[in-house]
Amino acid sequence: MIEARNIHFTYPNGVEALSGVSVEVKTGEFMAIMGQNGAGKTTLVKHINGLLKPTKGEVLVNGTSTKKVSVAKLSREVGFVFQNPDHQLFCETVEEEVAFALRNFNFSKQLIKKRVTWALNLLSLTQYRQTSPFMLSGGERKRVALASVLAWNPDIVILDEPTIGQDHQQKEKLRQFIVQLNTQGKTVIIVTHDVEFVAECNPRVALMVQGKILADGPANKILTNRDLVAQASIVPPQISQIFFELSDQDLPQDIINVYDARDVIIKRLEAST
Amino acid sequence: MAIIETANLTYTYPGSTRSSLQDVTIEIKKGEFVVLTGPSGCGKTTLCRCFNGLVPHFYGGELQGDVTVTGLNVTQQAICDLAQHVGLVFQSPENQLFALSVEKDVAFGLENLGIPRDEIQKRVDWALRMTGITNIRERAPHELSGGQQQRVAIACVLAMQPDVMILDEPTSFLDPVGAQKIFDVISRLNKDLGITTILVEHRLDLAGKFANHVIVMDEGKVMLDGEPRGIFTSEDARLIGVGIPKATRLYQVLREKGVSLKRIPMNPEEAARSLREVLTLD
Repeated sequence: MIEARNIHFTYPNGVEALSGVSVEVKTGEFMAIMGQNGAGKTTLVKHINGLLKPTKGEVLVNGTSTKKVSVAKLSREVGFVFQNPDHQLFCETVEEEVAFALRNFNFSKQLIKKRVTWALNLLSLTQYRQTSPFMLSGGERKRVALASVLAWNPDIVILDEPTIGQDHQQKEKLRQFIVQLNTQGKTVIIVTHDVEFVAECNPRVALMVQGKILADGPANKILTNRDLVAQASIVPPQISQIFFELSDQDLPQDIINVYDARDVIIKRLEAST
Repeated sequence: MAIIETANLTYTYPGSTRSSLQDVTIEIKKGEFVVLTGPSGCGKTTLCRCFNGLVPHFYGGELQGDVTVTGLNVTQQAICDLAQHVGLVFQSPENQLFALSVEKDVAFGLENLGIPRDEIQKRVDWALRMTGITNIRERAPHELSGGQQQRVAIACVLAMQPDVMILDEPTSFLDPVGAQKIFDVISRLNKDLGITTILVEHRLDLAGKFANHVIVMDEGKVMLDGEPRGIFTSEDARLIGVGIPKATRLYQVLREKGVSLKRIPMNPEEAARSLREVLTLD
């Protein structure tokens, strides 16, 4: 469980990035944090693994204040994948990169081998095992960064913009994988601008504006609320836009997924014949 | 008139055993708005690097076939000559920003061309205004957020007023409204100034509506090449993993269940219009 209690954070240059955020994420939840550039999304999640400590207020991860433990210790529980993969990749081969943290956590050689193989396979990177991460495309580098964190199987997984540079199939795989993590009781928090990805996953959504949480609730309620969405600089999912245009047709307004939309329309056509 | 032409273009990076581009033959006409898409690692970025000469001049490797851009044979032109015709906005903005202020970064390319001071000032102001970053002109690019850096990178290329502008996922760090604004700017430059635009993008829901030419690549090859409406609804595009707009996807899943809309929608407005016809039929 993650609890942020009225946290404030001011960067050394004086910019207040968080101005009173309180949020509770239960174990096994899947939450998406969305909102305008500069709203404080990344700043907020950096508090969960202790990279940043609140200027005021406190963050508790499984009951312990992040002020009392080191990032090194917290990172075993909280895996963090950065927005820009180039900020975290540095090894000579993809395999080395994925094994690095495992070595630091003192995993056995055998287990390291097993976990690396598993993670590379999961993210379709097996063919690049011996390749330098810097020879890969942007989307592939992003997946190496994901693999290197998922490999140590943290209880809380934070993904900052995980869908950048990913094609549709990779996104679908990522979605299925997040669902799988959830069923294993892991907590997943993503920071994203990708409304269509969120529409397909339908997680809990927190909208941030200017260092505060503006709204918090299920994706199909939040993303179909035109006022909230506009305040957070988000474009509603296409399916929601279609249903909004047809609002005079007495159709439900909380539809964001293609298949739900299809079913509603077919049901309606069947009823009228 | 073709502004970019490739004929049987095959390219392999140094040290690589697999060709990143295989027998690519395409033609892009002056003034077109091209969306270049395909699975990650399919060769989109490599193809763009051929258009401004980074491939093969900077990256080395082995290139076969021909690439002609604005009438210049890329393999025989220096990168600096090509740069006056072709502007490239990199995927990761950090890779192209280096000056200590936004303004200096935007002015850099123009200074190198020896353009008079007044003209530089004018063009920098214009580029900053077009991308909405006038208020951060004094800030250091490395202190900005990812989204703001992307705007600066676009401004740098815009200021050069190139014939061809290539943008490699230029809005990946931007929020949807910010991305929409950038796409609107790009589309306006394409329409008003006639700048040929090549946009590498996965998010076709945002970018698809601006395109009049779509190229889909997979494993270094061009798989589909043509006008957007046909490509978005082709089964091939879906199998390759192209994220077609949800409005178009709704048309497809309804058709699978026997509900046919009259027209293939490319955006939510068109989908709503077609659905209204079906819903109010009885």
